Amino acid sequence: MSKTEAAARLAVRKTYKLYIGGAFPRSESGRSYPVTSSKGEFLANASKASRKDARDAVSAARKAFGGWSGATAYNRGQILYRIAEMLEGRRAQFVAELAEAGTKKAGDVVDAAIDRLVWYAGWSDKITSVAGAANPVAGPYFNISSPEPTGVVAVIAPDEPLLGLVSVIAPVIVTGNTCVVVASERAPLPSITLAEVLATSDLPGGVVNVLTGSVKEIAPWLAAHMDVNAVDLTGVADEDLAITCEQAAAENLKRVLRPAAADWYADPGLKRMTAFLETKTVWHPTGV
Amino acid sequence: MFEYAPAPESRDIVDIKPSYGLFIDGEFVDGTGAPFKTINPATEETLAEVATASGEDVDRAVRAARKAFGVWSAMPGSERAKYLFRIARIIQERSRELAVLETLDNGKPIREARDVDLPLVAAHFFYYAGWADKLDYAGYGPGPKPLGVAGQVIPWNFPLLMLAWKIAPALACGNTVVLKPAETTPLTALLFAEICRQAELPPGVVNIVTGAGETGAAVVNHPDVNKVAFTGSTEVGRLIARSVAGSGKKVTLELGGKAANVVFDDAAIDQAVEGIVNGIFFNQGHVCCAGSRLLVQESIAEELLESLKRRLSLLRLGDPMDKNTDIGAINSSAQLARVRELSDIGEAEGAERWSPACALPERGFWFPPTIFTGVAQSHRIARDEVFGPVLAMLTFRTPAEAVEKANNTPYGLSAGVWTEKGSRILWMADRLRAGVVWANTFNKFDPASPFGGYKESGYGREGGRHGLEAYLDV
Repeated sequence: MSKTEAAARLAVRKTYKLYIGGAFPRSESGRSYPVTSSKGEFLANASKASRKDARDAVSAARKAFGGWSGATAYNRGQILYRIAEMLEGRRAQFVAELAEAGTKKAGDVVDAAIDRLVWYAGWSDKITSVAGAANPVAGPYFNISSPEPTGVVAVIAPDEPLLGLVSVIAPVIVTGNTCVVVASERAPLPSITLAEVLATSDLPGGVVNVLTGSVKEIAPWLAAHMDVNAVDLTGVADEDLAITCEQAAAENLKRVLRPAAADWYADPGLKRMTAFLETKTVWHPTGV
Repeated sequence: MFEYAPAPESRDIVDIKPSYGLFIDGEFVDGTGAPFKTINPATEETLAEVATASGEDVDRAVRAARKAFGVWSAMPGSERAKYLFRIARIIQERSRELAVLETLDNGKPIREARDVDLPLVAAHFFYYAGWADKLDYAGYGPGPKPLGVAGQVIPWNFPLLMLAWKIAPALACGNTVVLKPAETTPLTALLFAEICRQAELPPGVVNIVTGAGETGAAVVNHPDVNKVAFTGSTEVGRLIARSVAGSGKKVTLELGGKAANVVFDDAAIDQAVEGIVNGIFFNQGHVCCAGSRLLVQESIAEELLESLKRRLSLLRLGDPMDKNTDIGAINSSAQLARVRELSDIGEAEGAERWSPACALPERGFWFPPTIFTGVAQSHRIARDEVFGPVLAMLTFRTPAEAVEKANNTPYGLSAGVWTEKGSRILWMADRLRAGVVWANTFNKFDPASPFGGYKESGYGREGGRHGLEAYLDV
């Protein structure tokens, strides 16, 4: 009762917004939705992205594609490694956020996410050697095949707020694609915090764009968007929604990845990278 | 212009039967659909009556393929390889017969069927035969597994070559197939069935079902098909992608194109002209990767156009069976109608149309080699795939503008670059969003070289090590 006892300090809460083109805007729709902890306590109001936000994110990703795909593989690798460094620096914050979202052994998850980024960082200047080929054609021609990024990839992230998220973003961008990611609907907060990591890792704005909100709303918009080249439906658990998205993707022949349920701790293999690569073959005559 | 005496290839070498059935489980059987006629597009003469596979027939074929899959996938790769080598050898032995039949059914010049299609068909089987026992080393991890039954639907422009592109890798990887050839060109596929019998390929490993779009849809949508491979129009490719959505079938689509053939002011003009002609008039322009948009640097546009016109006036159009013929018949009346329609639209939209003086035979389906100048990017002649001997010419000033215009299309199958400057070739090749870039050449194909498109030209690759992925569960 004593007046001399100081009142407990009121925490300054973070506003969780979207991440589009390197900036953190609110949803243009003004919509938000409450996010609760695994125990049901209120954590924050996350932005509920609209169709307009999704389209803005696609244009930001398209705008960033030329520069990012044209950057050297070494440069992209350096930036992915930088993301790992930034994530390591914020380890405690992520452990706390994941614990609130109900993730068990949150420390191990953060460690695995950091290691995953380092693993993919190293692939930037190796995947071309592994996925390309020098082709011995029957004629006087030089002939070589190299992988190139597909373009703008829409990624529906799994409900695995950090390790799953990093495991779907890194393979898409390491080869030069840009992406629009729809975060876990249940636990979107770590993905916005990851966006803060991305924003401070020398990753050009627009390479990764993060939307939060209703997967059921946003996924079909992206799957039908004519300037999206590929969709990763990893996070679409609902069979009907997945089929809707696949059908919409057919309109401009998007590449579709719909993998079986993943063990995020297992060796990822090359599949997530090669699914969003095109093979370009160049011919030239030989002669004097 | 030199006068040439007629030099017709004899058709005696091929024995066309009055009617053909389906090839299911190693036997020729009747189809339950209404039979259709296949004609020689150069003369409109009926060549044969061909069975239509109904949904029921397709089901029978898929069941035969499923049964054969057990045997075929369990067979050591080295044994599968030997069957494919055998097939390759028989194709070589019977290549003249196959070439003549291809020309009769398709309308392409015998010179092309003989010198391009058939050698590539045999080479494709040889190439993939060698992979059958080396799949562990293909870069997909140890012991990659086949997918199962492959449903394959192919077009009429390179009937036997497209069959080879589909069947050779499928079989090498241990899959069995149900293949539907195009309804206007079924005959070489049926002769191939006979070759499978000569090679003593186990029954059911290859099944050929003839018919039109409905038969194709039955193949693609059959619930026991694990893999769908289609070459054809983007429009049908879209339908297939939509219809297999959610089925878990692995799909490869090789679809349309509107390739830019970019000529810089320092290009070797005579070579470029040959390349442009080959790019768009080879196979009557019935080529998905045809160089149908000519982008010329403004400073040489006039000179190049003049050379091109001179060269076009030397092309010989007529009897495909004549060994001197450069341009054969349009494959069907329906295709001719489409080429005419788009050309008329080209004129109506304001482009200028030019063809050399060129007498067209009275019977059959013919279209003269045609160039449109004064073409804007918005013209349909510059946007739609004509799939005929029609070239749209546009100009550019800077390399950046060339890239911008070349990539301004929903397609992305192929592109051409003509310049004597090496660094510029590589700069362009980096920026062209297309699956194949031909630099100082055009329309070159090889079984070792992956082929396939970006964007709406489809997905997956055929040929080379990359072509294996389409038929493996990886």
